[in-house]
Amino acid sequence: MKHTLAVLVENHAGVLSKVSGLFSRRGFNIDSLAVGITEDPKISRMTIVVDGDEYIVEQVSKQLNKLIDVIKVQDIKEDSVVRELALIKVNATSEIRSEITEIVNIFRAKVVDISKNTMTIEISGDSTKVAAIQNMLQPFGIQEMVRTGAIAIDRGSK
Amino acid sequence: MAITGGQAIICALEAEGVELVFGYPGGAILPVFDSLRESSKIHYVLVRQEQAAAHAASGYARATGRVGVCMATSGPGATNLITGIATAYMDSIPLVAITGQVAVDLIGRDAFQEVDITGATEPFSKHNYLVKNVNDIPRVIKEAFHIASTGRPGPVLIDIPKDVALSSINFKYPDTVDLKGYKPNYEGHPLQIKKVVKAIKESKKPLICVGGGAILSDAAQEILELAEKVNVPVAMTLMGIGGFPGSHPLNLGLLGIYGTQAANTAVNEADLLLLLGARMGDRATGNLDKFAKKAIIAHIDIDPAEIGKNVEVDIPIVGDLKGIVKEINKLNADKKESNWAEELMAKDRLPAQYVEGKGLDPKEIIQELSKMSNNDMIVATDVGQHQMWTSQYYKVEKPGTFITSGGLGTMGYGLPAAIGAKMSDTEREVLLITGDGSFQMNLTELATAAQENLKMKIILFNNSSLGMVRELQQQSFESRYFSVHMTGNPDFSKIAEAYGLKSIRVTDKKDIKNALKEILESKDGILGEFFINLDVNVVPYREGI
Repeated sequence: MKHTLAVLVENHAGVLSKVSGLFSRRGFNIDSLAVGITEDPKISRMTIVVDGDEYIVEQVSKQLNKLIDVIKVQDIKEDSVVRELALIKVNATSEIRSEITEIVNIFRAKVVDISKNTMTIEISGDSTKVAAIQNMLQPFGIQEMVRTGAIAIDRGSK
Repeated sequence: MAITGGQAIICALEAEGVELVFGYPGGAILPVFDSLRESSKIHYVLVRQEQAAAHAASGYARATGRVGVCMATSGPGATNLITGIATAYMDSIPLVAITGQVAVDLIGRDAFQEVDITGATEPFSKHNYLVKNVNDIPRVIKEAFHIASTGRPGPVLIDIPKDVALSSINFKYPDTVDLKGYKPNYEGHPLQIKKVVKAIKESKKPLICVGGGAILSDAAQEILELAEKVNVPVAMTLMGIGGFPGSHPLNLGLLGIYGTQAANTAVNEADLLLLLGARMGDRATGNLDKFAKKAIIAHIDIDPAEIGKNVEVDIPIVGDLKGIVKEINKLNADKKESNWAEELMAKDRLPAQYVEGKGLDPKEIIQELSKMSNNDMIVATDVGQHQMWTSQYYKVEKPGTFITSGGLGTMGYGLPAAIGAKMSDTEREVLLITGDGSFQMNLTELATAAQENLKMKIILFNNSSLGMVRELQQQSFESRYFSVHMTGNPDFSKIAEAYGLKSIRVTDKKDIKNALKEILESKDGILGEFFINLDVNVVPYREGI
């Protein structure tokens, strides 16, 4: 079972290694990890996707909370807004560009670069959406692909 | 007025009321040492290897309940501290370790004696700092002492680059700390406390298990009141020893794989288990699938991460043990009339028999010692068979009078820790019980004791073997003994003499009492070497674990 944790941390050097080190040390598996500053520049937010049962997620949260640099750990609910960003460089000769553009439009993705033989597609969405467009582009031949970890935010005003 | 970073560190330590620093100098830490030399408030103790500085600071902390401070240089100085820091971390001992570092612009270039000590100690320190700006020194030291000593105590490391210690700063020591991510919870939840009280009232076979938290939170008195008021028997983890009077009739002794029959039977049969400041490590629980299966388990601990980590808990309470047990005592007054406690106490606690063979019976020595010694004396041990015999047969009556490496099981801990305890009050009686294996790991610290003119008392169990390892090979590897024979042992009486200690050698059973008397009454430093029977094992009772 996958859980998404939003971890607010002090924004200074060494904090990322403290957090990531804790995961390997305690034998927890990270699916993805994304870090960036928040509305308060002194605070960073890590979005960590963990694979594990309730016991694991509880242990992860408790151990994270023990770190002095961790300010708050929040278990993001399933119905929250979750986004990943992917850049996909796909083989695209002039004959098939329109076919690819059609797929891009359906997914509301964007073409961000084009060359004689390739197109680079930008897509954002949850991991199933990213996987779906990847599937559709696969037959053309994906040269290179890069994905960020998921970032997430709870819905509504809290 | 502007002072240097090094002076700022010493001013900050003085402001924290530090009276003792254990350390070892070197290039990168010299600016700090240069200021330490000038301090009239801090007594500095030069050890013989940095590991001992951390252990001594830890022994001091255990004896006094205050933060122990150690100092070392960069590189090997810092890495030598590591074992001591990890030892303190496992046993939740408040420590501040200050290390020198190469100059900021050399960091990351593999400079001479450079090592990433904050990275290295991250897994086993409560927190650590690399101070790159001299103006951060006062805040960092204030925070370090706060973090080390509050909540669940632990070691904090501060790494100071040489140029930072040489820079100048307008020193002002802060009164408060502002740590958004660190706010330990001391108050137990009242509803949870009521649940525990209800569970106590409804139970027929309640059992208390006392852990190291009882000592750290100074809750021994409250626990004694609870046990007596409700008539609940008490088992102890290794770190809990001293948290409940050793000779009290309700004390069942140590639980777990080296525990007593009474304590382990009690865990198996109890219908309510109160875990008081115990982290329930594998040595205390044995096989978790069989641990306290009939019991409702209430766990009180200041560290929420300990609750439910190893043992599944029915009633969790996060908070300070002392305050919470006080609340429980207010709410509950009825005494259990069941004979559960008496039945347990009637059990033969440690049924292991003496094995005939050459040499003295170590258990007899510890039992005699226990009878002869007074309650105020601090007993420090090393790690191995002698440690387990001491925890089984020596009755520790007061918190803070038993000093041992529990979680990490660090051989070599005993002598420096005993020195640290002795330094906290040189009038205090401190006795080290050690083995020939452990003693040789840090025996150079006898020189530290000599330099400080400490009259150390040492009982050395000599079986010319790593007894505990040998015991494990006997049980799990069909007695294929390997790497356990210490045939190159020195003549320990000559070692003692070389460092200015008196020595006695005991080989005859009839001399045990007199020898112990001489050690206890000696006004000089003394080493009593007891040649013990190699075939006496520790494991007393394992059924049900």
